[in-house]
Amino acid sequence: MKNKHPLVAFACLLLLMNSLSLNAQTDLFKDSSSPVKEKVRSTFKSTRIVSGHSVENVGKGILDFRISHRFGSISGGTYEFFGLDNAFTRLALDYGITDRLMVGISRGTYDKEFTALLKYKILQQTTGPSATPITMSYVGTGMWRTIKNFDPLASAFKTQNFFHSHQLLIARKFNDYTSLQLMPTMVYYSATPKPTDNNMMWSLGVAARQRVSKRVNLTGEYYYQFTPFDGYTNSMSFGVDIETGGHVFQLHLTNSYGTTERSFIHETTGKWGDGDIHFGFNISRVFTIVKPKDFKNKW
Amino acid sequence: MKKALLILTLFCASQLSAQKMYSTKSGQVKFNASSPLETIRAVNNQGDSRWLESNGQLVFSVLIKGFKFENQLMEDHFNENYMESSKFPKAEFKGYINNLERIDLTKAGANEVSAEGTLTIHGVGQKMTVNGTLTVLSSGKIMLKSDLKIKLKDFNITGSYIGSKIAPEATISLYCIYE
Repeated sequence: MKNKHPLVAFACLLLLMNSLSLNAQTDLFKDSSSPVKEKVRSTFKSTRIVSGHSVENVGKGILDFRISHRFGSISGGTYEFFGLDNAFTRLALDYGITDRLMVGISRGTYDKEFTALLKYKILQQTTGPSATPITMSYVGTGMWRTIKNFDPLASAFKTQNFFHSHQLLIARKFNDYTSLQLMPTMVYYSATPKPTDNNMMWSLGVAARQRVSKRVNLTGEYYYQFTPFDGYTNSMSFGVDIETGGHVFQLHLTNSYGTTERSFIHETTGKWGDGDIHFGFNISRVFTIVKPKDFKNKW
Repeated sequence: MKKALLILTLFCASQLSAQKMYSTKSGQVKFNASSPLETIRAVNNQGDSRWLESNGQLVFSVLIKGFKFENQLMEDHFNENYMESSKFPKAEFKGYINNLERIDLTKAGANEVSAEGTLTIHGVGQKMTVNGTLTVLSSGKIMLKSDLKIKLKDFNITGSYIGSKIAPEATISLYCIYE
């Protein structure tokens, strides 16, 4: 009986530990995972809604080659082949330096205009614990109009060459089907039609995306100008985004001829009611320039 | 009495040592559904897996949105059109390692293993046996490698490109080091 006590005590201790650890050993099949924070993806299908920007960026190391066409007014009728006789083309390259920072350049035939842009994602919408409700981006665009002016009497407004625009894009993807975006915008003009006009032109854009099938989305875009120049109208556009593998096709109808911020937001002259509607499309193709780390080695 | 106590003690001790759980939160899952027309592959480095030495119970789960593709557009299509990741956020395997009792986990070396259980992808569960290699590393950590092939249509993953641009059968490769 001498040895009994330590052994009993040891056995009891082990039993206790055993029961504790048995309790700790829960069934692994029971789901114990907690919700995680996740980025909200593809609020819009492309970096552009119709003419203006969406909160989307191209990813890090990805180059997006974009071809935009905008045709003449449908009201030109059969003589103008419903506007298809007059096509403007814009070629653009956008590149993702990081997942949040994108830069881009373009050249368009409309006013022989060059642009350079910088877009930075300030906030990213997330789901899960301590979620961020919106995505917010800044986009700044510099525009350089190079068309030669042959009219000696043209106003300074018509002959100025440099413009810059600044936009805040605030978007929320409500579900897999619907996204909305607001775009407070300022475009700077060095010369205006009247001396009393503001050099800083303010507008508020609103845009939406509605998914109708796996590969088809409808979009809309409208910019309200607070103090429009005389004779200019607000830009309103509707589009269809169609995804096919590596491409996104965007077909649209709009009352704007230009596709750069200054030309479509503040220099739209067309009116939907008068049939000044232009057909246009964007084609975007992405190329991977810098492969992510995990893809550098052969699998 | 003494004998009984001794047996009880030994039993308890053996039970204790058998409670060991191996786990990782950084398991790598690679996925490849490339076709001659298109390279379609993705990697996820946040595989969550645990298994018990006592009975071989094993779970492996991965969040679909954690899969990274070379091409962002492809990643969007993967999530929205094929995997419907907001509806079915994760893929998981729940099962038991069959032949764990034949493996000496104290000895460094590679061992063939197989696990039987249910693989759930896109909300569809399929019973299957998965084969792999369990390697005891000299550090004492345990490495698991496994390749499995799945038919996309078995998991109700559909789309017009499957069979042309997308291979109808995908290879999934697992690689993780348990602590």
